[in-house]
Amino acid sequence: MTAAIPNAPAEVPLLDVRDLTVEFSTRRGAVQAVKHVDVTVGKGETVAIVGESGSGKSVTSYAVMRILDRAGRIADGTITFGGVDVGKAGEREMRDLRGREISMIFQNPRAALNPIRKVGHQIEDVLRQHAQAGSDDSKAKAIAILEQVRIARPDERYHAFPFELSGGMCQRVVIALALACRPQLLIADEPTTGLDVTTQKTVMDLVVELTRQRGMSTILITHDLGLAAAYCDRVVVMEKGRVVETANSHAIFSAPNHPYTRKLVRATPRLGVTLSDLLPEEEGVARKASRASNGANGANGAGHASSDEQPLLVVEGLVKEYPRKDTGGGSLKSLFKRNGAATAPEGPPPVFRAVDGISFSVRRGESVGLVGESGCGKSTTSTMVMRLIDKTGGQILFDGEDIGAIPARQFARLPLRKRIQMVFQDPTESLNPRFTAVRAIADPILRMGESMSAKAVRARCEELATQVGLPLEFLDRFPHQLSGGQKARVGIARAIALKPDLVILDEPTAALDVSVQAVVLNLLQDLKEQLGMSYLFVSHDLNVVRLLCDRVIVMQAGRIVEEGPTEKVLGAPAAAYTRELLSAIPHPPL
Amino acid sequence: MLRMVLKRLMLAIPSLIGVVIVTFLLTRALPGDPAAYFAGPAATEEAVAQIRKQLGLDQPLPQQFVRYVSDLSRGDMGVALTTGQPVAAEIMSRLPASAELTLLGLIVSVLIAVPLGILAATSPGSMIDHTCRIVTTAGVSLPVFFTGLVLVYFFYYQLGVAPAPLGRLDVYFSAPPQITGFYLIDSLIARDGETFVASLKQLILPAATLAIFALAPIARMTRASMLAVLGSEFVRTARASGLSPGTVIVTYAFRNAMLPVITTLGMVFSFLLGANVLVEKVFAWPGIGSYAVEALIASDFAPVQGFVLTMAVMYVMLNLLIDVLYGLIDPRVRIEA
Repeated sequence: MTAAIPNAPAEVPLLDVRDLTVEFSTRRGAVQAVKHVDVTVGKGETVAIVGESGSGKSVTSYAVMRILDRAGRIADGTITFGGVDVGKAGEREMRDLRGREISMIFQNPRAALNPIRKVGHQIEDVLRQHAQAGSDDSKAKAIAILEQVRIARPDERYHAFPFELSGGMCQRVVIALALACRPQLLIADEPTTGLDVTTQKTVMDLVVELTRQRGMSTILITHDLGLAAAYCDRVVVMEKGRVVETANSHAIFSAPNHPYTRKLVRATPRLGVTLSDLLPEEEGVARKASRASNGANGANGAGHASSDEQPLLVVEGLVKEYPRKDTGGGSLKSLFKRNGAATAPEGPPPVFRAVDGISFSVRRGESVGLVGESGCGKSTTSTMVMRLIDKTGGQILFDGEDIGAIPARQFARLPLRKRIQMVFQDPTESLNPRFTAVRAIADPILRMGESMSAKAVRARCEELATQVGLPLEFLDRFPHQLSGGQKARVGIARAIALKPDLVILDEPTAALDVSVQAVVLNLLQDLKEQLGMSYLFVSHDLNVVRLLCDRVIVMQAGRIVEEGPTEKVLGAPAAAYTRELLSAIPHPPL
Repeated sequence: MLRMVLKRLMLAIPSLIGVVIVTFLLTRALPGDPAAYFAGPAATEEAVAQIRKQLGLDQPLPQQFVRYVSDLSRGDMGVALTTGQPVAAEIMSRLPASAELTLLGLIVSVLIAVPLGILAATSPGSMIDHTCRIVTTAGVSLPVFFTGLVLVYFFYYQLGVAPAPLGRLDVYFSAPPQITGFYLIDSLIARDGETFVASLKQLILPAATLAIFALAPIARMTRASMLAVLGSEFVRTARASGLSPGTVIVTYAFRNAMLPVITTLGMVFSFLLGANVLVEKVFAWPGIGSYAVEALIASDFAPVQGFVLTMAVMYVMLNLLIDVLYGLIDPRVRIEA
């Protein structure tokens, strides 16, 4: 899958970006988002631009397409595409280039499609714009393209609206849209972020196959170094608007040159590393040493939880059913159709089992990973354990008490509630934008803790902030004044404020950059060791689960398909589904 | 489709029952004794008592209510004491006048406000954006009776280009044969060009008054929702696919931006129904607004009840229409059927 094309950059590259500088005018004056960037892409070449948020990788690609926001402009440098000077080309010329010669796939496929227009019509719009089809044959061509991106029943899906399709399906439509006019260059901007690993693999394989077939060049913009190295010939690493390193994808992992690349490579979770390996060298070594001494003292709870004592959490035959919604899609048309053709109700049962009789336990001081793809029921399970929604059947025993029997609305008022806390997926969305960091951390203390003076609350918050590594001067800031990593720390501090026994971590690092993720994962591990909490770690990222969890539960379609110690399940999986998940993780060439 | 509409109408029944009860109680709670009012200042106690008995006002409230509802179910809204005319007939003859005025005002303001909002959104910070801001600010800050009077002052009194603000038609014209009750449409059906022009002339100033009032919310909403949609990811995709600006703005952006605008239109229409009362007064327009105000001043509760009920029914129908439109534009919205 990573066969490097030998004739790397040809004599005349298809795309030649030289000394590109992009400026955004803001209220505080001009800000350079991209500084003196050089990128070349040869015919048929696949190049990755890798960087963390704010590195300017997307802005570079927008500049190539000349679709920068109103505030942005190309301040310096040249972009040459197939002999055309993009910087100087007229708007009409650019319009012909976009979609026909250069096209783009975006992150978040559902938002990238017009929500109220049939996907088939959206493809036709592009075909007609570039005179690739007339009014008589555009429908047939659109269906043919849908077929090429392997959408089953394309003539039916032609009439679908984006909300009626899954995320992976929407991304295929976006790919169809991009490839409809057989462009020479495809820019894929985080095409698989937010998709499941198996969907990611099929989408990436599809992109690679279609572009190879047509001899197209591809720019893959991603934050995932593993993905970049697995699918691309060359990797361009960007940091803070500058290119810091350009290398062959083989070389980037084995011999990273620039310190930033080394940091990124280290922070990428992969096989055969431990948590402390993710951190920059000096820090990692120190961390390793302290952990080793901790382990020697026997204070380390991880993996050493004695099996004879009563487990902290026992889940028995847990079931959650939802009334099945009409599957006919929400459109008025289908509504009319149903009314018109008064067919007898047939088919699916009236309920949908999101969680279908699962049983597992979490011991004290243990961290258990709950993995699976979206829709497998892992979040529903964690929400039920958290007692935010009521179960349909089964038992949830927390410290011997059947908390499943207590209705969710009452549970919030019980003292037991303090002992289960949650860290949410999106650090931004899960903080009240009108609360300062200290107010957010103090929230559970004020609501459920014993009453104490304002001074004492403040002192406790400062203690917590120190514990999670949040500098005290950030305590009085609002969420929008904090970085992603700092917000994640606030969320964690809030969760541990009442010294809970069980913390449910719902993809706590999914929205973070890899280097920040490395730090947060280490922080979570340290906190667990210090405070002796148990973790129920919900994630779709097996590499992260491998690092943090003692045991893993693999879920599919509401059921547990495999369960066991992390090394065993992820090292020698018994279930076919686990193997499928594992093989879908992009493996960088090492 | 029909089933959905019927279902929605059924759902409106409880709110209509509520309206009937509330208007009944409200009119009874109004200050002033209708019997005393109609008996005149010189009437004796007995005369007032007799009138009260005649009106059924001497009976307890529940009985009055039962009588009111049973009359209503037969389409009888009672008789206006001031004119001696049945309320239902009066409302039916006056409603088209108000509807014609309000609809024309709304159409005019939509025709101006929506393009203005789109242009303002596509070039923020430009002259047209500032124009939009000034127009909308002026629109919200001027009360309708004031705008109406100013328009009359300039166009009738000073310039003399507008006809006298005295109703739907100049005295020299006779109304076209009634089909829809809308003079503009009826005169066209009757192929009477002169009457059409004459009634249009009468309509222009009051409709403009209403349009200026309605302009602000529609233009602001269009601008805001266009700005939001233009910044969305699917518009970026459309741009990146090389679609022409026309397609991007109309097919991709505007159709999505229309959804909140339609909701606003519903609200604006109900504001206009309220504003109508004043505009009809200023232009001596024989609509239901002025009818209701006169009745209210005279403590004549039958027309007031009839007016409020008619408005409530119209409002329910309007909301239904908006829901249907919404569902037609946005496939994600499924009206509970």
